[in-house]
Amino acid sequence: MNFPLTLPLLIPAATAALCLVIFRRPGWQRWLSLAGALGHLAVSMWLLSVVRQRGIQATQMGNWPAPFGITLVSDLFSAIMLILAGLMGVAVLVYSIESMDRERERFGYYPLFHLLLMGVSGSFLTGDIFNLYVWFEVMLISSFALLSLGGEPPQIEGSIKYVTLNLVASAVLLSSIGLVYGLAGTLNMADLAQKLDRLPETGITTMLAVLFMIAFGVKAAVFPLFFWLPASYHTCPVPVSAIFAGLLTKVGVYVLIRAFTLVFVHDTGYTHGLLLLIAALTMITGVLGALAQNEFRRILSFHIVSQIGYMVLGLALYTPLALAGSVFYIVHHIIVKTNLFLVSGVAHRLGGTFELKRLGGLNALRPALGVLFLIPALSLAGLPPLSGFFAKLALVQSALYEKQFAVAGVALAVSLLTLLSMMKIWNEAFWKPAPEAGRLGGQVGAAMAGPIVFLAACTVVIGFAAGPLFELSEAAARQLLDRGLYIEKVFGAQP
Amino acid sequence: MNSAAAVLVGILFAAGLYMMMRRSIVKVIIGLALVSHAVNLLVFTAAHLRRLAPPLVPEGASAPTGTVDPVPQALVLTAIVISFGVLAFAVVLIHRAYGTAGTDDLDQLDRTDT
Repeated sequence: MNFPLTLPLLIPAATAALCLVIFRRPGWQRWLSLAGALGHLAVSMWLLSVVRQRGIQATQMGNWPAPFGITLVSDLFSAIMLILAGLMGVAVLVYSIESMDRERERFGYYPLFHLLLMGVSGSFLTGDIFNLYVWFEVMLISSFALLSLGGEPPQIEGSIKYVTLNLVASAVLLSSIGLVYGLAGTLNMADLAQKLDRLPETGITTMLAVLFMIAFGVKAAVFPLFFWLPASYHTCPVPVSAIFAGLLTKVGVYVLIRAFTLVFVHDTGYTHGLLLLIAALTMITGVLGALAQNEFRRILSFHIVSQIGYMVLGLALYTPLALAGSVFYIVHHIIVKTNLFLVSGVAHRLGGTFELKRLGGLNALRPALGVLFLIPALSLAGLPPLSGFFAKLALVQSALYEKQFAVAGVALAVSLLTLLSMMKIWNEAFWKPAPEAGRLGGQVGAAMAGPIVFLAACTVVIGFAAGPLFELSEAAARQLLDRGLYIEKVFGAQP
Repeated sequence: MNSAAAVLVGILFAAGLYMMMRRSIVKVIIGLALVSHAVNLLVFTAAHLRRLAPPLVPEGASAPTGTVDPVPQALVLTAIVISFGVLAFAVVLIHRAYGTAGTDDLDQLDRTDT
């Protein structure tokens, strides 16, 4: 058994099971789940170091050789994504210790959290397309439960939209998997890549590619399939929306990148051209939606949509530099976006509301919080020397190299508008005097402040030492483009 | 057999999508159920329905030829279990939604919209 590949799935599974065993003791669950998340992060780091030293890792589950059994594969990209999942898991769990209410802790917040982490990790590691569907469902059903846990009216309403649209997406995904099996007779992604190469060009492959694009596009919240996201993310407790914002849509982007660099590369002029259009429209609609909002978390939710456009842009350009930019962007975005949601929770604790009109005076009350908001906010807009600048630089550069001037212009204009709406939050919530005197206040302890400081430090460190991380992203992009190596490793893998 | 199944898949999809366009929340769930049945049948049909021997291999024999492909059946079984669980959750959710919002009209559930 290949431990670095299987432990990122086994640890969250075991933690969730143990949390269920001690279901009546939420206090114990809290520490156990923190230990589990730290373990998950540790094995993810182990996996990355193994992949860096020895190349792509693959293992066959149940001793069935590929393409008959289920293969677990990890290249640099999936190892990086796993580390980020682990990191966000730890940060959000520490934050939950103080922020999550006791009622939700008693009704299974921690086991659900780990099941979500398991679903996310499984989606990053699997090399089998039906198995990917199963991990998606693990992730979805735990996110359904986390989203509606507590049962407040807005939560239930948001859940209905989230559940319905995601179930439709799952139906599309399952139909495309069935059709692709009917066409190629295999479910292993590496084998699928080979078999689709050998099929005569009839347009059916392209149709299947677009079906997969729709299914993964809903999960990634790209234009015009993003409506479930801004309707639901602002309804649940802050730690839940922070982990959703950090990880769920990025799983969609991950599978889009995986599918459109490994499996569907037959008609890149059509599929990747379509992705380019989608990327541009996603960036624009997301940022315009954010400008129209006046609630802290609704603005942040729309910005997720707009940022997804940048990640898809790197995939659509399909050059080594652009893909490296995408990988770098995902790393930067997960850290920054989770952090902004965590900051919104502190603002809510101090000001008692998420409505920008009724917030105010936070900078005078807690100057440190103002700085901690500005670091991720300016990084999101792409100001140097923070992490977002280098991510956008790589993407805009590669768009210019490919002579896609229009989309490069869109990317630049959208970052300007991002800055505008971040400044709106700053002006309304932090800078202007508090509208109702005496309402501000409340205690914010180390468990809530710690993860915010840590993630802000990550943003600054990535900004000042972008070189090593960018080299890693470039190596990941080279692996993504080298399909032969991936296929060879999957078929050569020992059980 | 294949074309009959294909037509049935089409009818199920059409009925399911029609139900999902209705305003009543219960009809949306019925629509979801119909669509998930349509998808299961589609997966089953896409790999060709044929009257052949079951894929059982006697001990010591080599790989069988001329048997049906067991993979789509395994896929459909997995998908049925998953869609059962998810639909059960959705039914509980709409029950709660009816309790908290006091309506089953989706047009009135627009407070979290943007």
